[in-house]
Amino acid sequence: MTRFIPARETILGGAILVLLLLISSRFAGFVAPSNLANVFNDTAPLIILALGQMVVILTRCIDLSVAANLALTGMAVAMINVAMPGLPIPVIIAIAVLLGAVMGAINGVLVWKLAIPPIVVTLGTMTIFRGIIFLISDGKWVNSHEMSPAFTDFPRIVLLGLPVLSWAAIITIILFGIMMARTQFGRSIFAVGGNPHAAVYTGIDVGKTQFWAFVVSGALAGLTGYLWVSRFAVAYVDIAGGFELEVVAACVIGGISIAGGIGSVGGAVLGAIFLGVVKNALPVVNISPFWQLAISGSAILIAVAFNARAGRNKGRIILKEAEATQ
Amino acid sequence: MSVLKKLAASAAMAATMIAAPAFAQDDVRIALVVKALGIGFFEAANEGAQEAAKELGNVEIIYTGPTDTTAEGQIEVINALIAQQVDAIAISANDTDALVPALQRAMQRGITVISWDSGVAPDGRQMHLNPSSNALIGNMIIKLAADHLPDGGEVALLSATTTSTNQNIWMEEMNKVMGDYPGIDVVATVYGDDLADKSYREATGLMQSYPDLDAIIAPTSVGIVAAAQAVVDAGKVGQVNVTGLGLPSEMAGAIESGASQSFAIWNPIDLGYSATMLAYELSQNGAVAEPGAEIPMGRMGNLTLDENNEGAMADPFVYDASNIDQFKSIF
Repeated sequence: MTRFIPARETILGGAILVLLLLISSRFAGFVAPSNLANVFNDTAPLIILALGQMVVILTRCIDLSVAANLALTGMAVAMINVAMPGLPIPVIIAIAVLLGAVMGAINGVLVWKLAIPPIVVTLGTMTIFRGIIFLISDGKWVNSHEMSPAFTDFPRIVLLGLPVLSWAAIITIILFGIMMARTQFGRSIFAVGGNPHAAVYTGIDVGKTQFWAFVVSGALAGLTGYLWVSRFAVAYVDIAGGFELEVVAACVIGGISIAGGIGSVGGAVLGAIFLGVVKNALPVVNISPFWQLAISGSAILIAVAFNARAGRNKGRIILKEAEATQ
Repeated sequence: MSVLKKLAASAAMAATMIAAPAFAQDDVRIALVVKALGIGFFEAANEGAQEAAKELGNVEIIYTGPTDTTAEGQIEVINALIAQQVDAIAISANDTDALVPALQRAMQRGITVISWDSGVAPDGRQMHLNPSSNALIGNMIIKLAADHLPDGGEVALLSATTTSTNQNIWMEEMNKVMGDYPGIDVVATVYGDDLADKSYREATGLMQSYPDLDAIIAPTSVGIVAAAQAVVDAGKVGQVNVTGLGLPSEMAGAIESGASQSFAIWNPIDLGYSATMLAYELSQNGAVAEPGAEIPMGRMGNLTLDENNEGAMADPFVYDASNIDQFKSIF
């Protein structure tokens, strides 16, 4: 049984349920299905980015440039939309994904070929990407009335009861579930993070796997860039400022080990949902805004502490007799 | 500075120098020096200055500035204006202190110097014109909401961060005048941290927590845009009016969708107009810039100077469906 329901995800799922109960005791409307759908929709960008980040963290890297990548792609597609309002949305999305993937590839090459520590690389590219937004936009905003209606409406189109933004997250979750469990790339990610030396002996190129992990993370950041800008109907230099830390937090809460190799799609998704619930609940439970930061920080710490406890006792004693004789 | 920019700057300077003698010598020449040429906000200020010149009759406006927003560029422009012996300089400064020596030289040569919009340190100018004052802004943000709620109602504030000085002062000033707006109830103050996503979420939360909410006041340009989008997405256009401080170019969509009835920010046309009027009064009509002085500025009324020789022009200007199209392309 435990094979099918990993303990980590069960605990986190339980924590989310307890959290929802606590919130509903203060604000009953929060657990109404329509509101929960709204919360999921609001969390969709975080889920998509957390999945990309998960792949990177699993390979013992970290991508701090996701929010800057998102902002740069968002600004770029918004400006393309203003220049060419007739461009169909699928083309816009393709450009966004491609642009994001290129930025991810830059991170990947620097990590792979120059062997610079990922945290240094992505801290650098984070600042560079933000700087480029300033350059291409001159610091000006792209506003809702300048964007075409098709551009801003796309993430809001409702299909089978859920907006496209939510569907984007759901499709990403399904694709990642298949990729991580069923493909060579998915398994090599775990191998590279779990034991890079052993991975080399099995014929896996560690650097190349890390490169592709950054490309995946970048492509998802690019996709989210379009979704973000169209949802909030505004693009400016500072959009999603500090969001990279929320993405990393979602992964950590979801039980993805910063040391690499351990983690699951379910964990990343639940971690993102946990943060999403906290973020959406704080405005309605009537807690002083001065306390909100401290509360969301504590929630993260508690979740991580639970995960750390659940993840303990992983070591397996293989020489019981030898141990006993000592 | 690139060679090209230097060439452009000196060409512009040469042009103003050659053009100068063309003015009739009995005309009063007032230089409107802006942060950089080609910025919509300042082009609009120039429009106001031209309006003032027409009203005064014998005034020539020299609208000038560097090609990029640097203090060095402005110093070159000021030196050129001193050489031309203009009667007055009204400047929106790129740097508070760097321009002081150049402007002092101008004053020594009998040129009237005032700053407007972005000020110069007191040593470098006779007076400074602020677009508005904290008290006027505080009153305006609640007035914007109250004007559309004749029978009273619930309003909530969506600010920037808990530590933003400007917003906190404005909200404090707003609370001082709440007595003038009976029936208006401020039910909550939330903080969007000037992030689009957090502001959006806070605005959504406000509408959930207070189903009878009538208005969201956001005295911050990120917050007001995000709140307007949240109101549209929640399908509450017409029920919840988003107002506060924003820029016409950024708020045009919200006015169009009806999420915002009106909002306010300073009017660059009035600002250019007032700066010209003040420069004229000081240089030609013997008005003295000293603490407590009242200086007339045409249709904008009188400006009262405080102990730093600064004054606030007027209430922030209100933008709504009637004038948004005129201003959305300006700034």
